[in-house]
Amino acid sequence: MIEVRQLKKSFGSQLILDGVNLRIESGESAVIIGRSGGGKSVLLKHLIGLLQADAGEVLVDDEIITRMTERQLLRVRRKFGMVFQGAALFDSMTVAENVAFGLRRHEHLTEAEIARRVAAVLDVVDLPGTQKKKPAELSGGMRKRVGLARAIIYEPQIVLYDEPTTGLDPIVSDSIDQLIIRVRDQLKVTSVVVTHDMRSARRVGNHVFMLHEKKIYASGPPEEFFASSDAIVRQFVDGVADAKETIL
Amino acid sequence: MNFLGQTWIGDWLTGLGRIAVLTRDAVASCLTFKFSRRDLLYQIYFIGIKSQSVVLITGAFTGMVLTAQTYFQFHKVKMDTATLAVVGVSMCSELGPVLTALMVAGRVGAAIAAELGTMRVTEQIDALRTLATHPIDYLVVPRLTASMIALPLLTVESIVLGISSGYTVGVQLLGIDPVYLYYNMLKYTGAIDLEFGLIKSFVYGGIIALIGCYKGLTCGMGAEGVGRATTEAVVYSSISILICNFFLTLVLQRVAVLVL
Repeated sequence: MIEVRQLKKSFGSQLILDGVNLRIESGESAVIIGRSGGGKSVLLKHLIGLLQADAGEVLVDDEIITRMTERQLLRVRRKFGMVFQGAALFDSMTVAENVAFGLRRHEHLTEAEIARRVAAVLDVVDLPGTQKKKPAELSGGMRKRVGLARAIIYEPQIVLYDEPTTGLDPIVSDSIDQLIIRVRDQLKVTSVVVTHDMRSARRVGNHVFMLHEKKIYASGPPEEFFASSDAIVRQFVDGVADAKETIL
Repeated sequence: MNFLGQTWIGDWLTGLGRIAVLTRDAVASCLTFKFSRRDLLYQIYFIGIKSQSVVLITGAFTGMVLTAQTYFQFHKVKMDTATLAVVGVSMCSELGPVLTALMVAGRVGAAIAAELGTMRVTEQIDALRTLATHPIDYLVVPRLTASMIALPLLTVESIVLGISSGYTVGVQLLGIDPVYLYYNMLKYTGAIDLEFGLIKSFVYGGIIALIGCYKGLTCGMGAEGVGRATTEAVVYSSISILICNFFLTLVLQRVAVLVL
C-alpha cells in the first residue's frame, strides 16, 4: 500500500506539488494522468524516495519513507521496480548485465542461475536472445522492455512506470500496454503508471488519478473517470485545447 | 558587488561542505567493503594502466629538461656532478607527484566527471538507486580507492623514468662524469624524499577522484551541464593539487624535522 499525505515540492521558486493526497492499495493498478510538466514524474519519484519532499509524507506499507536516509531507503526500494521514461539502461553494459544488475548486487546466485532468470524474464518481455546486445543497438520500444525486465527480475511488489509509451508508435505502445497488464496479472504486483496517453490509461489502470494545478483534481475507477462531465477532466480526456470544445 | 561576493563565497562553502560529506560517506563505505572487487580492478586498470603513456612521457621529459637546465646553471660554478642530486630531490618530492597528478587529473578527473555526469542526466544514477544500490558504494568508492592506489604507483614510475632519463642526458649528451653524478644523487636524495612524494600522490589521488565524482554527481542538466562539470573537475582538481602541494610540503617538512 502506498499513501501520500499533503505532499509539497518546489524546485527553486517554482511550486510543483502543493498538498497532494492519494492512496494506492496493494494489487491495484493506478494511473496518474495530467498535463506535461504538471509534476507527474516528480510525484512518482517521491513514491520511491528519489526526491525529498519539502513537506508532507509518503508511506509505503505503513512506513514513512520521507524521513528515511538514503541508506535506509535502499531496504524499502527492494520492494520496487521502476521503468524510466528513457529506459535509463546502463549503456556500458549488455542487455543481460543490465537485467541481471539487481540480482548480482543483492542475491547470491550462481552464474548459471542468473543466466536462466535473465533468459526467462527476457522471454516475458518478448525479447529472447538479446542478452549480448548493447543498449545503443536497441530501438526505443526494446529499451523500455529491457528496462521493464530489469525492474521485474527480482519480483518486486510494486512497479512504477514513468511514461512507458511516450515517444513510441501506436503498435509498440499497444505492446507495452499489454506487457504492463501481463506483468500486473502474472506477478500480482501493484502498478503505478504515469502517462498522458489516454488510450493507455484506459487499458492498464483500475484506478485513475488526475493531477491538475499541483493537486489531485479527480480520481476514480476508469469507467467512472472517463465518463466524467467535469470540464477540466473532459478537456484533458478529449484532448482539446479549448474547454468549450469538449465532446460531452 | 557585496551581494555577488556573498553568493560566490556561499556557493564555494556549500560545495566544500558537500565534498566533505561525500568524503565522509565514501570513507565509511570503504571501511565496510560494500564495493565490488571487480569494479575496483577495472578502475585500477582504467586509471593506472591506461595512464601509462601520458605519465611516462611527462616523467621522462621533465627529468631531461630539469637535468639540462640544472647543468647549465651548475656548470657556471663547476658543480656539474651535483646536477642529478637536484633532479632526484625535485622529482621525488615535488615534480614527480605534482606533474603526475596534474596529468592524471586531466585524463581521469575529466573522464570520471563526464561519465558520472552523463549517467546523471540520462537518469542512470536514479536507476541505480531504484535497484537498491547506493551511488557512493557503486560509483565513488571504486574510483576513489583505485585512484589512491594507482597514483602512487604512477608517481614512482614517473620518478624512476625522470631520474633515469636525466642521468642519460647528463652522461650521454652533457658529458658529466657518470660515477660522481650517480654518487651525488644517492648522497643527497634520501628515502624521505620518496616518502614525501608517495604521501603526496596518495592525497592527490583522493582529490582527483573525489572532485571528479562530486562534479559528475552534481552536474547540471543536458550536454552543457556535463561539459561544464568536466571542465570544472579538471580545473578544481588541478588548483587543489597545487594549493595542497604547498601546504603538504610545509607540514611534511615540519613532521620530518620533529620525527627524525
